[in-house]
Amino acid sequence: MSSATAQRPDTTRAIVQPRDLHDEYVPRPASARKRARLAREITSQVLLTLVLLLFLMPFIWMLATALKPGNEVFASPPSLFGSEIRWSNFVDAWTFVPFGRFMWNGLVVSVLGTLLVCITSVFAAYAFARMRFRGRSGLFALYLVTLLVPQEVVVIPMFIFMQELGWQNSYQALILPWAFTAFGTFLLRQFFLTVPRELEEAATVDGASRLRILLTIIVPIAKPAIGVLAVFTFINYWNSFLWPLIIISTQDMATVPIGLNSFLGQQGNQWQLLMAASTISMLPTALIVILLQRHLVKGIALSGLGGR
Amino acid sequence: MFGERTFVGFQNFVTIFTSDPMFWRTVGNTLLFVVLYVPLNFVLALGLALWISPRIRGRGLYRLLFFLPAVTPIVANALVWRLLVQPNGVFADIASWFGVEQFNPLGTETGAMAAVVVMSLWQGFGYNMLVFSAGLDSIPDHLYEAASLDGASAPRRFWHVTLPMLSPSLFFAAVMTLITSFQVFAQPYVLTGGGPGVATTTMVMYLYQRGFQLFDLGTASAVATVLFAIIALITAVQFLGQRKWVHYE
Repeated sequence: MSSATAQRPDTTRAIVQPRDLHDEYVPRPASARKRARLAREITSQVLLTLVLLLFLMPFIWMLATALKPGNEVFASPPSLFGSEIRWSNFVDAWTFVPFGRFMWNGLVVSVLGTLLVCITSVFAAYAFARMRFRGRSGLFALYLVTLLVPQEVVVIPMFIFMQELGWQNSYQALILPWAFTAFGTFLLRQFFLTVPRELEEAATVDGASRLRILLTIIVPIAKPAIGVLAVFTFINYWNSFLWPLIIISTQDMATVPIGLNSFLGQQGNQWQLLMAASTISMLPTALIVILLQRHLVKGIALSGLGGR
Repeated sequence: MFGERTFVGFQNFVTIFTSDPMFWRTVGNTLLFVVLYVPLNFVLALGLALWISPRIRGRGLYRLLFFLPAVTPIVANALVWRLLVQPNGVFADIASWFGVEQFNPLGTETGAMAAVVVMSLWQGFGYNMLVFSAGLDSIPDHLYEAASLDGASAPRRFWHVTLPMLSPSLFFAAVMTLITSFQVFAQPYVLTGGGPGVATTTMVMYLYQRGFQLFDLGTASAVATVLFAIIALITAVQFLGQRKWVHYE
């Protein structure tokens, strides 16, 4: 390949391009350098693609296994395709455990949780960005400190609290404890501060209320930031594992990760079904990220929040 | 299920510090994980962020795909890896081409920890890669041009332009990655079950086992408090140390 690319320009040059006066002044090394750089770039691209394929191998293998007959999962030597493409594994995975129910629970919890987080963050962020009240800076500092307290550390008091309320094994126990985040407040406040005040002043003169200003002027401008917050909140709720593991005790309330975990407990050797279920579990968040990739990259640059 | 709670002062801390062999073991396991995971995460994330430069065609797609495991459910990711590292799985087959027989990482303590770290890296580094990539994109070209004119070589440009300009992103990522790596739970829980023995049982895993499998909320809370103290201490040290190396424009 390299010899072909190296030769071709020379021959075409000799045949097609008439030698003109300028050629005297073009030092040959320059074109050689350019060619070397192009070769480097192509090599770099090819190598990077190989690295990416290796990196994606677990996903590729997951999908390949999900489509194999059960007795060929550990066939040696390994091959991507079994003796047939068995789409029925997906149907079996869906019916073996109530997977539709897990997806539904996950959707309810993630959508409601995301809505709540966005609403509470918008209001709190507006208060911190635009209203003057006593103890504002102290309160904001307190908010920021909670950022450093990981969920893992507060699961025990949160669990006791849910018990006191009698909320174990319920949607509200999955949603509410994490619906008031300092993170969303902080992110949106930073964004609200960049909105020019003149826009609001004009509306105030016209007698618009604070709420109206917030909803008709600030929120539309802040849509990109709210969108980023929404996507990551959704992903966090969807993927959350430790808290549901603690608070959910029956299968009909399980979210997707809990469902997968119980599946592993019951059908630990049915790898083709486990992989089919894993594939299904990845679709919602993977699709969201692929569809909204540009905003997400921007949002991460803006904030550094992620589905972790 | 959970009985009456009585106040016992510092008894739970005394218990885990003195008469609970499991506790120190899990602290050690967690520290080992952090020490392996965080630097490797940074090397991979920064290396790929530099590699996926604006010269790469379709860089958005590359960035997105390296980031993908960070947003797919961690339980599903760990399940996939559990399949890959089975003694008769595909990694074992690949290892046998290189003359390695008896490939069973989850069977040995070192191998199990290595599997947890590698799986976590695969899952998590794409996030920092995006952070660094965004940071690199915002470094103005004229700085590099000026450095080149002054005759700075590529390594020197990296050391004197790239790293200082990227330091806010690096600092942010260091704080976040350290906090999250101390909370490692789902990867060992699904991949190794904390085993073999207790070789990959982390602090949060121990917290879960004590609190919600043995219903000993007091001890579990003590573990949580120690975990939080460690995280708070390390974060504070990082904030105090940032003046020395972080340059905000």
